Amino acid sequence: MEAIPISWFLVLSAFMFAMGVTGVVIRRNPIVIFMCIELMLNAANLAFLAFARQQVQLGAQAAGQVYTILVMAVAAAEVAIGLGIIVAIYRLRDTINVDEMNLLKF
Amino acid sequence: MTSTFDLIWVVVGLPLAGFLFHAFVGKRVGKKVVGAVGTAVVLGAFALSAYLLLELLKLPAEEQQIISKLWRWIEAGAFKVAFEALIDPLSLLMALIVTGVGGLIHLYSTGYMADDEDYPRFFTYMNLFIVFMLTLVLSNNLLMMFVGWEGVGLCSYLLIGFWYKDKVNTDSANKAFIVNRIGDWGFTLAVILAFWTFGTLNFAGQENMFQRAMEMHQQKMLSAGIITAIALLLFVGATGKSAQFPLYIWLPDAMAGPTPVSALIHAATMVTAGVVMVTRCHVFFELAPAAMLVVAVIGVFTAIFAATIALAQTDIKRVLAYSTVSQLGYMFLGCGVGAFASGMFHVTTHAFFKALLFLGSGSVILALHHEQDMRRMGGLAKYLPITYWTMLAGWLAISGIPPLAGFFSKDEILAATFGTHALPVSMGQILWAVGLLTALLTAFYMTRLMGLTFWGEPRWAAAHAHHGKDDVHGHHGEPKESPPSMTVPLMILAVLSVVGGFIGGFAPLHIPNRFEAFLEPSAGLKVLGKQALGHLPVSVEWMLVWASVAAAVLGIWFGWVRYRRGLPENERELTGVRKVLYNQYYYDWLMVKGVGLWLGGRIANWMWQFVDVRLVDGLVNGIAGFTGWVGSSLRRVQTGYVRNYAFTILIGAIVLLVWLLIRGASAGLAR
Repeated sequence: MEAIPISWFLVLSAFMFAMGVTGVVIRRNPIVIFMCIELMLNAANLAFLAFARQQVQLGAQAAGQVYTILVMAVAAAEVAIGLGIIVAIYRLRDTINVDEMNLLKF
Repeated sequence: MTSTFDLIWVVVGLPLAGFLFHAFVGKRVGKKVVGAVGTAVVLGAFALSAYLLLELLKLPAEEQQIISKLWRWIEAGAFKVAFEALIDPLSLLMALIVTGVGGLIHLYSTGYMADDEDYPRFFTYMNLFIVFMLTLVLSNNLLMMFVGWEGVGLCSYLLIGFWYKDKVNTDSANKAFIVNRIGDWGFTLAVILAFWTFGTLNFAGQENMFQRAMEMHQQKMLSAGIITAIALLLFVGATGKSAQFPLYIWLPDAMAGPTPVSALIHAATMVTAGVVMVTRCHVFFELAPAAMLVVAVIGVFTAIFAATIALAQTDIKRVLAYSTVSQLGYMFLGCGVGAFASGMFHVTTHAFFKALLFLGSGSVILALHHEQDMRRMGGLAKYLPITYWTMLAGWLAISGIPPLAGFFSKDEILAATFGTHALPVSMGQILWAVGLLTALLTAFYMTRLMGLTFWGEPRWAAAHAHHGKDDVHGHHGEPKESPPSMTVPLMILAVLSVVGGFIGGFAPLHIPNRFEAFLEPSAGLKVLGKQALGHLPVSVEWMLVWASVAAAVLGIWFGWVRYRRGLPENERELTGVRKVLYNQYYYDWLMVKGVGLWLGGRIANWMWQFVDVRLVDGLVNGIAGFTGWVGSSLRRVQTGYVRNYAFTILIGAIVLLVWLLIRGASAGLAR
């Protein structure tokens, strides 16, 4: 069986990452921004796994996969806190538009 | 290596022990013990110094410079200063004067200060003064001398302001301290310059400044400018400490201190420190003829300037203060014409008769319940016989009546001035003429002092009817002679004032000068040589002696005619010339109010308004302001929009990435 070359994975990962970045910069809804951040994290995960597949040593393969699991755990925790903050802000101000959240400035 | 001469540290240690004793337990042990200990330590130091002098004189003249090292003091690279004493004729002579006259004055103080509640404090300061004065005269290097120099200045300050509850006294103390700072500025610069030029500060020993200076002079490596600068800066120090024009103004005010202090510090010892220092460093002066001329001219000018001021003073102690300034001028005149030994001779005899006169005036002041104005004295000869007769000796001695002490020393200086080859010859004769006139004035104002104090009708009775009521001494009426603790020092000093001159010689009768021979190892001319003092024919020597005697007799005669009946009518009020003289030609006013307060105030104001407010504060505030401006400009970046920040991070990341790529690419190309 012909293996899929690593460049395919990397191109897909780069595309996902760029999409995530663009979303973070242009979207105003924090929930969508969160989703975009998840996209970036998963792009990184994909790159991890692609490189791990390249490794010959068993330990080195496992390292890449363990990192992926670690990132997923961090992302889950982040979303939990982030959503909590968003709910708190919505209760306070009836909106979650990030462009209206500009109190912390000069 | 220990030798007999290491005992010199006991000489310094005794008064130091006395100082510590008074300072820590003086209040508990009572006045009797404090007075006894204070006097005993100084007299003990005197006995030991006398023993050391006898030991020193057993050595041949060229070995009479012994160094006793206590410890290493400062060692930083080439800069090495040891805490060590130089034992030679000059230092032991001064040690004897300081402890001898000092011991007598301590004894006198036990009587004079008997009623003072701060008795232990007085003896604490006095013993500390002796310690520092001994450090000054015994040191083997300029830096240790400077320690003693500052130390005696401190004690002078403390003792002038001894009765600190009176603001006049503390003001006088401040004035003395501040004016001395100007002199010390010169001294410090001289020390630095001397080290920079010679690489050492020692007076004697393996490596010493004077040897080095003479070697450099022979090899033509010594710049005349530098040696003149060193000598003149040292002399600036001397004008401060020894109250010469233009810095003499602190000494008359220093009379605010107790009279024994005036006698010890401001007449006999501390104020002669400048002369001692100049004599100690005489090689520098010999190498700098211009500095010698300055010393001689300043000396003789101060002598006549102060003598004229003394003519019109009304305070008995101020007359003696100006007289001291004037006599110090004589000593510097001696140094300036190259007769350093004669200058030191006058230091010695002056210590005797001026201490005597001050202590005598103290006896008068105490008898009259702290009255110092001579216009309210008179007729005291009958009531204070011992004081009168001893002061009579002092009066004749300072006036220069042969064969008393003052005649010999003054005559030696005047003869040396007349015949000197260290200055242009006609210059010496001009200086001699001024000096002779000063001698006449000296005899005149001293006769005036005696007349106003002891002769004529009493003028104190009227003043006392309403004054003596609450006096601490409790008894009024007739003034009483002082107790023996005060009269015994007076009598000893009177004897010394009479016979003290015989330690010198007398050229017209071909009596060799033993004092000069004794000081030869310390003060002998090393560069100019003996011929610089000139050699006068005997007939000229006699002529000079008769001129001196004539000046003294004439001065006394004028004084006798005018003051034998006491206060002349036209001196009750200060008018005309007398007022100008009384006010020191307004020089003090000019210096204090004009230069000090007005000009000094202007400069201080400028330093504040311009240097401090504009430059220093401007710099500090400017940096703070600039930082603030940068901050307030950059704060616009903090928009508060999350998406802005995210975009900035993105740009940063891209820039970083591009940079890494370019670097990687160029590294790849290089490979």
